[in-house]
Amino acid sequence: MLDWLLALTPGFVAAHAPALIVVAPMIAAPIAAVMPNGRSAWLLAILATGASLFMALTMLAQVQTPETGGVISYAMGGWAPPAGIEFRIDALNALVLVLVSTIGFLAAIFGLPTIEAEVYRPKQAMFFAAYLICFMGLCGVAATGDAFNLFVFLEISSIATYVLVALGARLDRRALPAAASYLLMGTIGASFFVVGVGFLYATTGTLNMADLAERLPALSGNRAVMAGYAFIFVGLGIKSAMFPLHQWLPSAYAYSPSFVTTFLAATATKVAVYAMVRFLFTVFGTEFAFGDSSLTLVLMPMAIAGMIACSFMAIFQTDIRRTLAYSSVAQVGYMLLGVSLGTAVGVSAGLFHLVNHALMKGALFLAVAAVAINYRQTQLRDFRGLGRAAPWTMTAFAIGGLSLIGVPLTAGFQSKYVLVLALLGSGWWWAAMIVVFTSVLAVIYMGRILEAIFFRPLADPNRTVSEAPFLMLVPLWILALANIWIGVRGGDVLALADAAAQAVFGQAYLVGGAGS
Amino acid sequence: MAEFILERGNYWAIVGLMMIGLYIAFSPTNLIKRLIGLGMFQTSIILFYITLARIDGGTAPILYGVDDPKAQGGHGGHEDAGHGETTHGETGSGEAGLDALAGHDASAGQPVDAQDVPEALQHIAESAHDAAAAAHGAGFEHVYSNPLPHVLMLTAIVVGVATLAVGLGIIARIREAYGTIEMDEIRAMDIELALSEVSEQPGEQTVEKGAGV
Repeated sequence: MLDWLLALTPGFVAAHAPALIVVAPMIAAPIAAVMPNGRSAWLLAILATGASLFMALTMLAQVQTPETGGVISYAMGGWAPPAGIEFRIDALNALVLVLVSTIGFLAAIFGLPTIEAEVYRPKQAMFFAAYLICFMGLCGVAATGDAFNLFVFLEISSIATYVLVALGARLDRRALPAAASYLLMGTIGASFFVVGVGFLYATTGTLNMADLAERLPALSGNRAVMAGYAFIFVGLGIKSAMFPLHQWLPSAYAYSPSFVTTFLAATATKVAVYAMVRFLFTVFGTEFAFGDSSLTLVLMPMAIAGMIACSFMAIFQTDIRRTLAYSSVAQVGYMLLGVSLGTAVGVSAGLFHLVNHALMKGALFLAVAAVAINYRQTQLRDFRGLGRAAPWTMTAFAIGGLSLIGVPLTAGFQSKYVLVLALLGSGWWWAAMIVVFTSVLAVIYMGRILEAIFFRPLADPNRTVSEAPFLMLVPLWILALANIWIGVRGGDVLALADAAAQAVFGQAYLVGGAGS
Repeated sequence: MAEFILERGNYWAIVGLMMIGLYIAFSPTNLIKRLIGLGMFQTSIILFYITLARIDGGTAPILYGVDDPKAQGGHGGHEDAGHGETTHGETGSGEAGLDALAGHDASAGQPVDAQDVPEALQHIAESAHDAAAAAHGAGFEHVYSNPLPHVLMLTAIVVGVATLAVGLGIIARIREAYGTIEMDEIRAMDIELALSEVSEQPGEQTVEKGAGV
C-alpha cells in the first residue's frame, strides 16, 4: 500500500526514522520558543509535525515489507539492546505513531487561528513550543521499547499538557484548578507506573520490554511481579482515563484552549491505551494477564460501568465540550471492553475503535473550536441555529456526531460492528447488548446537540456568525471525510488493526527483532 | 516476627512514606500541601529504587584504585571485565567495566520463586550478593553498587522537579485568579459561576430542557 513512499524516502531517513520521529519535534520545540511571534513558531510546528508524519508513514511501510519481518529495532546511540535503550516499531507502534502524527499535523495546521483568538499574544510562540514537546512525548511513548524510557516520555508529554491546559486561564480561570488536579492525578499515575517498573526490574534485572517479555513467563506466581503488574495497570489506567480514574478528564478538556482539547482528546488517552495493551499482552503476556490474575473480571466491569455511567453524565451536561469529554471516557470503555476479551479479535476491535474515535472526536472538537473563536463559550445554547449560519463547519460536526453514534456508512459504525462481532464470538451477548444500549444514549446526547444546531433559530440574531477560517475548515473536512471513508471502506484500517493485534499476539517479541 | 520486620526496615520505611505521601496528596484542601504530599510520594519511589541498587559492602559505582582503567595497573582488570561480559552473553558494547556491573548482569536475571514480596526482595538481595561475587570474578578489586537504578533516579528527580515547578507555577496563577489556594473555596466559587452561567437566560432554559430528548 505504501511501497511508493519507501522509494521516495532517503536512505538516511529510512534508517533512522524511529529516532527522527521524536528528534524532529524535540529540536523544533526550543527553536519555536525563541521565535519572535506565534506565526513563525506555527510554521515551524507544521514543519516538525509534518516531518514526524512522514517518518511514521515510512515506518508503517517498512513494517509491512517482508525484509523487516514486521519489526524495526533501533538501538539508541548505537548501544545494543537490552542494555541500551531500544526503539522498537512493530505493526502496533506504527499504527499508533501514524495516528498521533496525523492528528498532530492536522492540529498544527488549524492551530494558528484558534491560538490567536485564545492565547495571550506574547505567549503564542511558547505555546507552540509546549505543543511540540507534548507531541514529541506522545511519539516517544509510542516508539520506545524500554519500560523506564516510556515513563520518561509519558511525563514529558504530561508536563507539557499541564502547561497547555493551564493556558486556558485567559478565557476561563477554571482552567487553573483543572490543570492542578490533572497534575496531581497524572503525576500519581505516572509514579504508580514507575513503582511497577521498579518491581519488574527487581525481579528480572532488565528494563527492555522484549527482554521482560522473555523473562517474566518463568516468574508466574511471583508476588513481586503481581504487585508490579497491579501498579502498572492502575498507573496506566489513570493516564488513559479508565472509568473510576477519569475524574481529571472532563474539567481538563472543558477549560483548556480548544486547540489543546482537540489534540488531547484525539491522542493522549489513546497513547495510554496503547501502552496498556503493550504491557498487558506483550510484556506480561496473555496467560499471565488474563489467566493467572483474571484481569477480565476487573477490566470488563470497569469498561462497562464507564460506558453506561459516562454516557448518562454526557446527557446532563450543558457545555458541549463537557458532553464530548464525558463521551470520551465512555468511548475509552468501548476500547477497554474489546481489550478485556483477551483475544486477538477483541484487541483488534479495540484498536480499530481507538483509531476511529480519534478521528471522530478530532472532528467534533475541531468544529467546537471553530465555534469557540466566535462565541468564547461553548454552551449548548450558543450552538442554536448555527447549522444555517455556518453550514460547512456544522455539517462536518454532524458527520463526526453521527460517527460517534455509530450510524452506518461512518467509521463509528464499522468499529462498533467489529466490536459487537468480537463480543458475540466470545459469547458475551449481554455485553453486545450494552454496547447497543450505550449507543442509544449517544443518540440522545448527540441528538440533543444536532437538534439545537439544525432545527433551532439562531440564539442571538444580532451576533455575527461566520464559517470557520479556511485553515480550520480544511483539517476539519479531512477528518470528517476520513470518518466517511473508513465507514465505506473499513477494511483498510481494520487490516492495520488486525496486523497490530497479530503483532501483539502472534509472533514472538524477541530482543533485537531476531525472532521474526 | 520482629526479625522479619527489622530485616526489611528500609522497605517498611518506604511503604510508610509512600502511604503518608499519597494521603497528603489527596486529603488537604490547601494545594501547596497537596504538592508536598506528591513530593513525598515521589521521594519514596526514589528511595525504593536506591534500595534495590544496594549491594552489601558495595561502594559508590565509580571505578577507583586498581579497577580504574585509566590508572596504572588497571588495564588487565579492564580486559578481564570485558571477557566476563561476553561469557554472560550480553550484547552491550564498550565501557565493559561499567556494563558488567549494570543491572543487566546475568545473576540478577535468574528466575526467583518467592511467594511474597519481602521474600522476593530478599532473593534480590541474595542475587545482589551473587552480583558482587561476579564483580570479583570479573576482575574487580572493589564491590560497587548497581549504578543503573541511580541513573534512573537521576532522571526521575529531574522529572519530579519539573512537575513541582509547573505545579507551583499553576498554584501561583490560581492565587492570582481566585485569591485563595484552598480547593474547597475554589470549588464553591466555580459552582457559583456555573450556576450563574446556566441561569443566564432563564426564559430560554425551559425550552432547552424540553428539547432534551
